[in-house]
Amino acid sequence: MPAFTIKAERDQLVTDRLTGLLGADGFTHERLYDTLCFTVPKEKIHSTLAYLRDELDFNFLTSLCGMHFPGLEKELGAVYFLHSMRNGHRIRVKTYVTLQEAKLPTVTDLWPTANWMERETWDFFGIQFTGHPNLKRILNMEDFPAFPMRKDYPLEDPTREDKDNTFFGR
Amino acid sequence: MSDTTTRPDLWKEDLVAGEGLKELTTLNLGPTHPATHGIFQNVLTMDGEIILETEQTIGYIHRAFEKICERRPFYQITTLTDRMNYCSAPINNMGWHMAVEKLLGIDLPKRVEYMRVIIMELSRITDHIICNTIISQDAGATTPFLYVYQWREKIYEIYEEICGARLTTNMGRIGGFERNFSELAWQRIRGIVKDLPAVLDEFDALLVRNRIFMDRTINCGPIAGERALQYGFTGPNLRAAGVDYDVRVADPYSSYQDFDFAIPVGKSGDVYDRFTVRQEEMRQSLSIIRQALEKLDKISDKTTFRADVPDWVLPPKEEVYNDMEALIYHFKVVMGEVEVPVGEIYHCVEGGNGELGFYIVSDGGRNPFRVHLRRPCFIYYQAYPEIIKGGMLSDAILTMSSMNVIAGELDA
Repeated sequence: MPAFTIKAERDQLVTDRLTGLLGADGFTHERLYDTLCFTVPKEKIHSTLAYLRDELDFNFLTSLCGMHFPGLEKELGAVYFLHSMRNGHRIRVKTYVTLQEAKLPTVTDLWPTANWMERETWDFFGIQFTGHPNLKRILNMEDFPAFPMRKDYPLEDPTREDKDNTFFGR
Repeated sequence: MSDTTTRPDLWKEDLVAGEGLKELTTLNLGPTHPATHGIFQNVLTMDGEIILETEQTIGYIHRAFEKICERRPFYQITTLTDRMNYCSAPINNMGWHMAVEKLLGIDLPKRVEYMRVIIMELSRITDHIICNTIISQDAGATTPFLYVYQWREKIYEIYEEICGARLTTNMGRIGGFERNFSELAWQRIRGIVKDLPAVLDEFDALLVRNRIFMDRTINCGPIAGERALQYGFTGPNLRAAGVDYDVRVADPYSSYQDFDFAIPVGKSGDVYDRFTVRQEEMRQSLSIIRQALEKLDKISDKTTFRADVPDWVLPPKEEVYNDMEALIYHFKVVMGEVEVPVGEIYHCVEGGNGELGFYIVSDGGRNPFRVHLRRPCFIYYQAYPEIIKGGMLSDAILTMSSMNVIAGELDA
């Protein structure tokens, strides 16, 4: 059987099973290029990921990253890249939180590799992962005053005065 | 003289009785120490020679690539990617190009894809040469580091002939290469394919069945396959632990499905297995290059070196000065004013250390809205404290060099 048929079947299977778990209104999904992306409310994110890992064989957390969409009601987002190595199947699961309630449950209990990924997401986007064993900054210095990957943080050091803003933009 | 100093049979009991005197040592391994081959700090808590706890600090050369990517046109980001894993920069460059091509929906001619395969496999060889010779160096064998390393130099001469740079290559463009390979470049590639196997055999003969090397590396820094998967290992480190996952086979890109090659796997995931897996991968890479050269010989077209994407490749200078159309394209490329679809993609390639992924969110503007770089080093380096726990300090050094942690990729 060609690989893409298996993939289409798997996509359908995952969609069906998540509909069973969360209800048809409990999540949204869209196909972006070759990958199916699910958006799950943050209250359900941990149970959904645990279900995907245990029941649907997504044994590998490829990556986890934060996102910031200023202007949306729920500005911050986290994207979980899941991979089922046995089936050669990848999906992405997204969840969004508001700036005021930027908290998500940790998934370090499901995949130990999430430890540093969550620390990175906290460091750059300020999303707190509750239950994380060691949630502190990882690439920036300990007392860094901002979350630099948020869109409102300027690319250049805002304290510099020797550069003109007119052409370069801050 | 007391009994305890003169009677050896009492010594052991004396040590146990002196438990209160046992002191734990705190040792700063790094950040800048020649044995760490990069800027990594590990604060070790040690009982004598035995490592009990490790506290890692990273981020010393963090350069905010993901943030810079949000302010650069797509083609300018290539130069950032080759500063990640600088031991195999062309793989990063081409991984990024392929990610953008996937976003744009560009299909490449077979010839270009095979040329890319050749370059990517050459850079895999350089990456593995660096890692394996450093393993031998840290295990006390200096010869490979001085002798085999010169073959990395010869491969850098190929890069130089193709793109003009050696370490941070910025090789290729979105849609292919900036120019065709010269005759000298082909000669040098054929020369490497011809000469390197004998050197690898010599390298093997020096170390693989060497009693001292085996005693030093077998069972040093092992990790089980299941645990490695939980920790997000990919690449040679995962394969040394016995899991045959390779992006080139699992999600073939750039026509890797046309090639016939084996994925070497180890068993116990220790330093010895990582070393031998990399040795075998170099041979497989040479075999892939050989096949690619054969396939290229069969293609009658010898001039195509990129897809037909004038929006993304600078036209030749003579045309820019003399042709209106070319001047417009030149401007469009330099200013980054080209059509990019809205969407998001994840594309991964098999880098020197494992699955190197590029996640691009595009809002249709001249810069990507968000770029996330999945850097294999960053993800597997967190397993280091667990691997070295209970081992000796010298094993910790060897384990780190065998994991091939590259500071540039770790910190991005």
